[in-house]
Amino acid sequence: MAIDKAKVKEIAKLARMKVADKDESELATELNQILDWIEQLDEVDTKNVLPVTSVTSEILSQRDDKVTNLDQKDKVLANSPSDNSDFYVVPKVVE
Amino acid sequence: MTLTSLTISGARDKLQSGEFSSEELIKEHISTVEKCKNLNAFITSTPEIALDLARKSDARRARGETLGGMDGIPIGIKDLFCTEGVLTTAASHILDGFIPPYESTVSGNLRSGGAVMIGKTNMDEFAMGSANITSHYGPVKNPWYLNDGKDRVPGGSSGGSASAVAANLCLGAAASDTGGSIRQPASFCGIVGMKPTYGRCSRWGMVAFSSSLDQAGPLTKTVRDASIMLQSMVSHDPKDSTSSPEVIPNFEAAITGDIRGLKVGIPEEYRISEMSPEIDKLWSKGVELLKSAGAEIVDVSLPHTKYALPTYYIIAPAEASSNLARYDGVRYGLRVDGSDLNDMYEATRGEGFGKEVKRRIMIGTYVLSAGYYDAYYLKAQKVRSLIIQDFNDIFDRVDVLLTPTTPFAAFPIGEKMDDPVQMYINDIFTVPASMAGLPSLSLPGGLSDEGLPLGLQLITKAFDEETLFQCGDILEKQINFSHQAPYIEEIGS
Repeated sequence: MAIDKAKVKEIAKLARMKVADKDESELATELNQILDWIEQLDEVDTKNVLPVTSVTSEILSQRDDKVTNLDQKDKVLANSPSDNSDFYVVPKVVE
Repeated sequence: MTLTSLTISGARDKLQSGEFSSEELIKEHISTVEKCKNLNAFITSTPEIALDLARKSDARRARGETLGGMDGIPIGIKDLFCTEGVLTTAASHILDGFIPPYESTVSGNLRSGGAVMIGKTNMDEFAMGSANITSHYGPVKNPWYLNDGKDRVPGGSSGGSASAVAANLCLGAAASDTGGSIRQPASFCGIVGMKPTYGRCSRWGMVAFSSSLDQAGPLTKTVRDASIMLQSMVSHDPKDSTSSPEVIPNFEAAITGDIRGLKVGIPEEYRISEMSPEIDKLWSKGVELLKSAGAEIVDVSLPHTKYALPTYYIIAPAEASSNLARYDGVRYGLRVDGSDLNDMYEATRGEGFGKEVKRRIMIGTYVLSAGYYDAYYLKAQKVRSLIIQDFNDIFDRVDVLLTPTTPFAAFPIGEKMDDPVQMYINDIFTVPASMAGLPSLSLPGGLSDEGLPLGLQLITKAFDEETLFQCGDILEKQINFSHQAPYIEEIGS
């Protein structure tokens, strides 16, 4: 198994996260170390084992489908890095 | 006796008898926080809010009312609980300036119980770390040190919370545990740390790391204090579908002082090669003490223990990579401009996340990506089934497990940083219970030969926190850990 610099670039792209060129080879080495270590799971026979879907045997509770918090635009936008007339502002998406 | 050296139960009784006011108690803690800034235990101090809450607590008491055991008690809140109107960072650059417009359920419950927040405690960035060295706000120091001039790590990720409690900056701290983030720092700092059953505490308003593992819990000076503080944190919350509707018992009432006939399991797989001989000795001492208190010791086997840690390092990063997708620079926190929308996302996330967080997002993205999902993520979820089955099998025969909390004592800041896998070994004894959602508690077991604290861990079946407190209290009394951090002596905190 080998994660090379090209693979690092590809994963970083999927994660929408800039990785500096100078950090790529170090990251590749570390990811390989971690994945090599994880490979010991291959020893475990899981042929007839079902994957975990819930940690406890609890049935997830549901709440009533009711609107509870209305009209909090000011609160919602209070942390925005850039907004205008109740909208978040982002770089132009549609040409 | 200074007011900062009290326990929660001690302060509760003295507030009730009128020996001092909450305002006096809070003022003394606020000035201690000021005096101990070099520990870097807090990211934000909130003295004005604290004094206001303390005065309200005193006014209640003057009217003959009290909100319970935490009323008027100074606490720290780990900086991943959203606190209304107070900066919440998860120790990450990417949450720069984020002031939540709402309160997390856990911190809100504590506030409704009268607890007085004196500040937000430092932590590893997004709770990813075992040494509190990944914080954007700098590393936290452990109040325990030796005469070699090296600062020790407090453990992580709740390093600021543990350091604050161990150095008498607050009487307790609300923290979170994903793979050991409460118990491992408790062990390194010589205090009590408790992770309840997954679902006991609501995760609403808690910055998410790994949603199937994250669970809030208390860091305190004693087992009894943990039971009092946990009582104030738990609730069934309609806003978190995984929060449990199970009946909540009176945790403190579980401390009966009697464990005769209790069956204590000793899992052989926890005796690993990485463990120092002194930890083995400490563990054996714990076994003897419980036996002399009337417990029955049973050797048990949890065959998949060694696979818990690698399983964790698939599942936790996978869930993290998904949870952390929300940090995109659009709605809150840091934004770094880019040539188009994608470039803005990439620039923001590239600059906003630290090294360890990036590493885990990369691992998580990789194991979830097309072509690798079955080999890694699905495989890990299957191994996790086997780990849970191991616990189910033995909890038919025993009531509680006794293990060490960590394979070694606190190490100097800057060590064990070259190889990420070496750092992950810190959580080798705490991760299995996390994987199975089980409650567990770490308490000080003694000092290493060098003089640093070492913890012992108790684990019970799901929703049996009562046995943890019952057994933990006995073990605590038998061990009678009377040492305190050298820093307290030096600073007079």
